[in-house]
Amino acid sequence: MAYSDKVLDHYENPRNVGTLDKNDPHVGTGMVGAPACGDVMKLQIKVNDDGIIEDAKFKTYGCGSAIASSSLVTEWLKGKSLDQAAQIKNSAIVEELALPPVKIHCSVLAEDAIKAALADLKAKQTPAVAAA
Amino acid sequence: MHNSSRNHFELFNLPARFAIDLNTLDQHYRKLQSAVHPDRFAAAPAAERLHSMQQATQANEAYRTLKDPTARARYLLQINGVDTEEESNTAMPAEFLVLQMEWREAMEDARAARDIPALDKLLHEMQQESKTLQQHLHWALDEKKAYSEAAETVRKLRFLDKVRDDIQQSISKLEE
Repeated sequence: MAYSDKVLDHYENPRNVGTLDKNDPHVGTGMVGAPACGDVMKLQIKVNDDGIIEDAKFKTYGCGSAIASSSLVTEWLKGKSLDQAAQIKNSAIVEELALPPVKIHCSVLAEDAIKAALADLKAKQTPAVAAA
Repeated sequence: MHNSSRNHFELFNLPARFAIDLNTLDQHYRKLQSAVHPDRFAAAPAAERLHSMQQATQANEAYRTLKDPTARARYLLQINGVDTEEESNTAMPAEFLVLQMEWREAMEDARAARDIPALDKLLHEMQQESKTLQQHLHWALDEKKAYSEAAETVRKLRFLDKVRDDIQQSISKLEE
């Protein structure tokens, strides 16, 4: 199966590969996995005090489409508010990367990783707000 | 055609459980396979030939499903109306996913170093882990009927099966 040029570009030059400190209260970590293909995706976001995502990193084990999907969303996440981040849909990833139907689950994995990272961040920040 | 309504366990006269005797499965499969083999119906009317072919196909599929622990558990859940959600459920426990990443890293390192003993060791580790999960499936499916727990264990086994296949493939490539 042929990958689109955009998938190849992200696959060959993945953006924002790496790790942020998962114990930092400003960092949200989302880890998800797709049983059907064995792909594992870790996505981390770092927010500033204004609630804007200033950094995003990922680490993905999987096919080219899974790597491209996570690389793309790290680019999209930077500069967004948490509400805007929550609105990123897998269909937008499919469209941007021209993913074929058999690779749609890779984009679902990336959307689920964003949701998991946002949920982790929220869980971390809630007690801090309550204490303040 | 009455056979097509029997489930895979009934077809081989086995209890619908996760823990089954694989020798009995083999024996019953061979018996059924020779009874319905299309060669025996070569001179029979077309309808009977078709029927024997369908039965042989069902026997093969049932055997493949029940022989493989992951497929057997998935099938048991399916006949109890539970979907294992392997295509849609991505929410695995974080520590399990961390372990997946570590195994995949170890596999890639060993493959890059052409280190077959390290791959063998990893394969062994994987088989031990699979055994533990299969014991859990026996408990969850046969003893507790804890189907949603069992579904998650099937999803975990699916990951392990994939890593195992990848390691085996790496080993055979290096041995070429």
